[in-house]
Amino acid sequence: MKQFKGRVVVPGTCQAQALVSHGGFNTLASYQMALMFGDKEVKCGDQNNADLYKKSLLGKALCLPQTIGSTTGGMVLFTVCSYNKQPACMLFSKPIDSLAASGAILADVWTEAKMPVVDNLGQEFLDYVKDGMSISVGEDGLVTVD
Amino acid sequence: MILTPEQQALLDGSEGEIMAKIVKTLVMYGDAFGAERMAKVTSKYGHTVISFGLEVMKPVYDLYDTIIAAGLPEGQKFTADPKPLDPKVPSSLLDDLVFKKIMYTQQKRYEEQMRKLGVTNDEDYTCACYLDQVGNVPQKGDVLSWAESSAVVYANSVLGARCNRNSGMLELMGSIAGFVPEFGLLTDDGRKADWVVEVRCEKKPEAQLLGSAIGMKVMEQVPYVKGMEKWLGTELNDEAKAYLKDFGAATASNGAVGLYHIAGLTPEAVEQGESLIREGAQVYVIDDAELQRVKDSYPVIWKKPEAKPELCFVGCPHMSLQQLKDWTRDVTEGLRKNGRQKVAVPTVFTAPVPVIKEFEQTMDAYYLKQSGVVLSYICPLMYMNNPLCKKKNVITSSNKLRTYTSARYYTEAEILEIITGGAK
Repeated sequence: MKQFKGRVVVPGTCQAQALVSHGGFNTLASYQMALMFGDKEVKCGDQNNADLYKKSLLGKALCLPQTIGSTTGGMVLFTVCSYNKQPACMLFSKPIDSLAASGAILADVWTEAKMPVVDNLGQEFLDYVKDGMSISVGEDGLVTVD
Repeated sequence: MILTPEQQALLDGSEGEIMAKIVKTLVMYGDAFGAERMAKVTSKYGHTVISFGLEVMKPVYDLYDTIIAAGLPEGQKFTADPKPLDPKVPSSLLDDLVFKKIMYTQQKRYEEQMRKLGVTNDEDYTCACYLDQVGNVPQKGDVLSWAESSAVVYANSVLGARCNRNSGMLELMGSIAGFVPEFGLLTDDGRKADWVVEVRCEKKPEAQLLGSAIGMKVMEQVPYVKGMEKWLGTELNDEAKAYLKDFGAATASNGAVGLYHIAGLTPEAVEQGESLIREGAQVYVIDDAELQRVKDSYPVIWKKPEAKPELCFVGCPHMSLQQLKDWTRDVTEGLRKNGRQKVAVPTVFTAPVPVIKEFEQTMDAYYLKQSGVVLSYICPLMYMNNPLCKKKNVITSSNKLRTYTSARYYTEAEILEIITGGAK
């Protein structure tokens, strides 16, 4: 077990299995096909992301450095949350980028979805965490990986 | 964040619950980046990246209905990204069925929302809103609430305006509230260069390749580019602006660049010179071999890489008037040289409606039509943003289109050879 302290961007607590992207998470490319075809498992459609491609994003503790890609990224994340198809939480090793922050905040203010967001967890966090590990997020931004 | 009494009143609900939520969204956005206050939006117009009425994005349009129903005071007017559909662009019956009956069922609803929320007019749907013919040209130092990565990087770098890389929806909220959180590229410190890029090419670097190389290297940081004077000169004329438009779009899509400085050319570099460079900035040297390495690194994701191209897009971001004229001249000359009358590959040039209208007043429009090239206001990226297009062998000179779709990148000279039938 190891603990990492980050900064709370969107408050909340959760427990979920980790899903790890070591490269930037392209929000539009990842969710586009799942949204378009109503994929219940919300599988990642970004063929450029070898870590996540075809894996279910639904209800996972999504561990990532930052998001990348189109400035529609925030609205895509908002839409995912509106349909209640969001990850359990988003855990950033780096400071959050403006597009991910926009999406997470839009979802927090304008939808009922709960998706805690913590950033600044550090590269060590991303190096340590592996798919399937158990993640617990505390209200204060403390992330426990087991 | 410290709010003015007026901003605090809005947050507390003086203009109703919906305005309070809009301000709350902006405050949280600012808090995430350590903003200490809001900055007044000073540009005449906003710009929104959302131009499409996608069935799956219904929650966005439902939220916009809520905002419209709240009857908020009128915010600033805005332009919008290009529309996703144009009947002039080649498509199959199946394409049309998917586009109209499955994907873009919300298009009419959304365009009606845009009118109610303040789009400048029905022709101002373009990613190159800053072209003179469109007229959304911010002044140096203006604070913007824009989204659309290629427009934001152009406004910051070439016009000297100030705007962060905002997301769709957030930009509209900033336009409605009339203020945005002050952080990042809105601050003097955020506009300092983290990288020095030394261009040592023997020939003029392709704008879309150079931008790609720099974007991939510096990601979201600010580059200060040296060595471009001999290619671009020291005056921001139409040719230099068109080059920087395409260069910037590639830096923003292949990386996440929101601002670049070109030594001796862009306004802040001219005024402040190398004092813009942060102490300890990293250095990236680019020569012809480095550009070739970057080009060779692009994956070809066609099922059959040797297949013949089925469609070609030029104009992502939208072309300027001068670019349209230059391409028309080059296509006409290429066809003549290769003994052809029409292009060898169905080809679409894209540009803003006001640019197309001006172009159509020239003889070049006649020559372009004769060549078989289709001229459209469509967004190539939205056109290709569906499963059917993944199977199409589309070629492009746009590095942005390459990045987000299965389109295959070629330099402008290569594209010209292919579409005029000169390529073997």
